[in-house]
Amino acid sequence: MSEPQVGRSPFDPARDETFKRELVTLIPHLRAFARTLTGDPTAADDLAQDAMMKAWDARASFQLGTNMKAWTFMILRNQFYSEKRRSWRQSQLDQEAAERTLVAVDDPEAPVALDELRLSLAMLPAEQREALILVGAGGFAYEEAAEICGCAVGTVKSRVSRARRALQTILEDGAYDRDGGAAGDAMYAILADAERLSTLR
Amino acid sequence: MEDNRKGAAALDEARLRQQAIGVKLRQMFDEVVNEPVPDEFLDILRKADKPSGER
Repeated sequence: MSEPQVGRSPFDPARDETFKRELVTLIPHLRAFARTLTGDPTAADDLAQDAMMKAWDARASFQLGTNMKAWTFMILRNQFYSEKRRSWRQSQLDQEAAERTLVAVDDPEAPVALDELRLSLAMLPAEQREALILVGAGGFAYEEAAEICGCAVGTVKSRVSRARRALQTILEDGAYDRDGGAAGDAMYAILADAERLSTLR
Repeated sequence: MEDNRKGAAALDEARLRQQAIGVKLRQMFDEVVNEPVPDEFLDILRKADKPSGER
């Protein structure tokens, strides 16, 4: 899989149609990946749309029949990081906000292990979070994730494993140490939820 | 011997927790995948139709 390049393409409507059809099926997945990268639904959709346009512009460099999902995910990821470099300060503020929110969760009745997972994910370093998402939720093999992230397979594996351990720690100890009790509540909720989900199948 | 059993139990528990986290991760991701696609996305591709091909 090569770096996507924008270039002048010979006008090939049939090829464009095929390309477009496949790109459309990937939109939901790109939106989901963008959401995990940005944490904010509006920013995520902007990012996903930018990535789609870039993918369209670079369509001549894509070999039909190869892994378009990985190719578009790579484009989206690159777009995210180049935008992030431009707005580093904003992402710092987002991280701080996420941490404040995590600590401030006060209500023992609060049901949402899902939100706690999201917030915990936000606390991970970006490269661990994306590795974990690609392999653990995006359905990519380690080799594919490595191509998307532009690193070695071993690097992805260690990032995923560190992310998993860190998540577990955050969920078990992290912000739930209020009043000395409640530690592990989020983990317990996730366990219970996961069991309920798997029995639904 | 007692330590071995404790060690094995701890490993099982960790594995269980990791599985649960994995299930939750996929649920979180799939939730967005299953959302209806906003019109703006389809508009982009519709506009991309226009043969202003070359740059």
